[in-house]
Amino acid sequence: MDKKPWRYCLEVRDLAAGYDDTPAIEDITFAIPPGQMVGVIGPNGAGKSTLFKAILGLIPRQRGEILLHEAPTLSQRALMGYLPQLEEINRAFPVSVEDVVMMGRYPRVGWCRRPGPTDDESVRQALTRVDLLPHAQTQIGQLSGGQQQRALLARVLAQDPHLLLLDEPVSGVDTTTQHAIFALLEELRDNGKTVVVATHDLNCVVERFDQVLCINRRVIAYGPPREVFHEDTLNRTYGHHLMIVQVGDRRVVVADEHGR
Amino acid sequence: MIEFLVAPFEFGFMQRALLGGVLVGAICALVGTYVVLRGLAFVGDALAHAAFPGVVIAYLLKGNIYLGATIFALATALAIGLVSRRGRVSYDTAIGILFAGAFALGVLLMSTIHGYTVDLFSFLFGNVLGISQRDLLLVGLLGAIVVLTIILFYKELLLLSFDPTTAEAMGYPVQALNHLLLGLIALTIVISIQAVGIILVVALLVTPSATAYLLTERFLRMMILGVLLAALAAVIGLYLSYYLNVASGAAIVLVSTCLFFLVLASLRLWKARRPRA
Repeated sequence: MDKKPWRYCLEVRDLAAGYDDTPAIEDITFAIPPGQMVGVIGPNGAGKSTLFKAILGLIPRQRGEILLHEAPTLSQRALMGYLPQLEEINRAFPVSVEDVVMMGRYPRVGWCRRPGPTDDESVRQALTRVDLLPHAQTQIGQLSGGQQQRALLARVLAQDPHLLLLDEPVSGVDTTTQHAIFALLEELRDNGKTVVVATHDLNCVVERFDQVLCINRRVIAYGPPREVFHEDTLNRTYGHHLMIVQVGDRRVVVADEHGR
Repeated sequence: MIEFLVAPFEFGFMQRALLGGVLVGAICALVGTYVVLRGLAFVGDALAHAAFPGVVIAYLLKGNIYLGATIFALATALAIGLVSRRGRVSYDTAIGILFAGAFALGVLLMSTIHGYTVDLFSFLFGNVLGISQRDLLLVGLLGAIVVLTIILFYKELLLLSFDPTTAEAMGYPVQALNHLLLGLIALTIVISIQAVGIILVVALLVTPSATAYLLTERFLRMMILGVLLAALAAVIGLYLSYYLNVASGAAIVLVSTCLFFLVLASLRLWKARRPRA
């Protein structure tokens, strides 16, 4: 793992982006040092996915800049890994799990070249880490939803990026797989990667993340969960009443039925 | 029996037709893999029909037919993209508009020729029995370009076809790659015009690859199977054309279609007799 002395892995400055002329997100400014796991929380439509797409260059920036290792992101896209929301993966396509994971290696293989033994080994390791090696030859459409997510995660692992952007990686996935995926993400974080996870499951946030970014079209708060996780901040983010309840030694977020 | 199989190919024109039919079928099946998996049959048909005015104009100017066809097919591919982006219509609608408009232009221009137009009809319906040495050479050369391009950009085109969003996120120039694919389709169509004609070339792009898709779950195998099925259809189609004295291009396409239904029915029967536990 290279030990470059970057102060920040990802810097976003005054970003505004959207799908048409009006920005869906604006005044977004934050910076993440390397080796951190950051949770991005906010209600549906708050702009979590929009933020990711803007960082990756999938939608155009209307204002601001985005830097990866102090250089524009768009010149280093292979260093960013992306796991989109559980979307319509092309299940009918005649490719195996192994074929799909190998796609993560394509930027490293380079144009017009064929993957080699290093790439085969990288794919094998990635599949092992997500516990899908027995399914390497299975056609992608025959996997369950959870297995499919793991396969796409393996693809990101094979790509070996510096920054990982994961949009709701554990929604619709059983608890065991959830724990396994987060254990994997924590391992990546411990190895110096920057892992950014958008999630709507507030209760896993408190446990897992080094920093939390609360978004609702703008940045509501950014900081460690201890500082950010207050009813006031959550209500400003979600626009309705949430309560934080102490359950044993854990703090749990619940909807306040009797609130406004 | 041997006599029956060998007799047609004692003739030079039949030998050339066989080589031409097999080559064209093979190249169409390679490119057809992308056409089937990405739902490009309509675009393919449109580019084929859009080549027609190019053919007519080249004919009128006594220029190179292949060049005229290529120019018009490529121009239409670009126009479809432009119209769907700027014209606020869907891609499907843009294809329909340009497909019909271009073809009508070709028919209009053809109607200005008061005289011998059989040659132009052969571009519409194919005339593989009339393929010359020079045509074969051109098919071989242009076909080699298509094959080489697919080999060089194999993994990029695979990623583009399976997951264009991730391709873009990784930094691949998705729009340029899409144009490359459309260019390959246009070139393949132009090569195939003489064998099966403009109207039927979409069948060569779709049917053998679709049949191969029924038989395998792997991309490369689908490509190879498609090529074999196309070659088989070309051979059987030519025999039918020779012995029954019917149009060769149409015969090849019909054999291809029958092969598809044969495979489909066989698979259904096979699955019915061996139910999964």
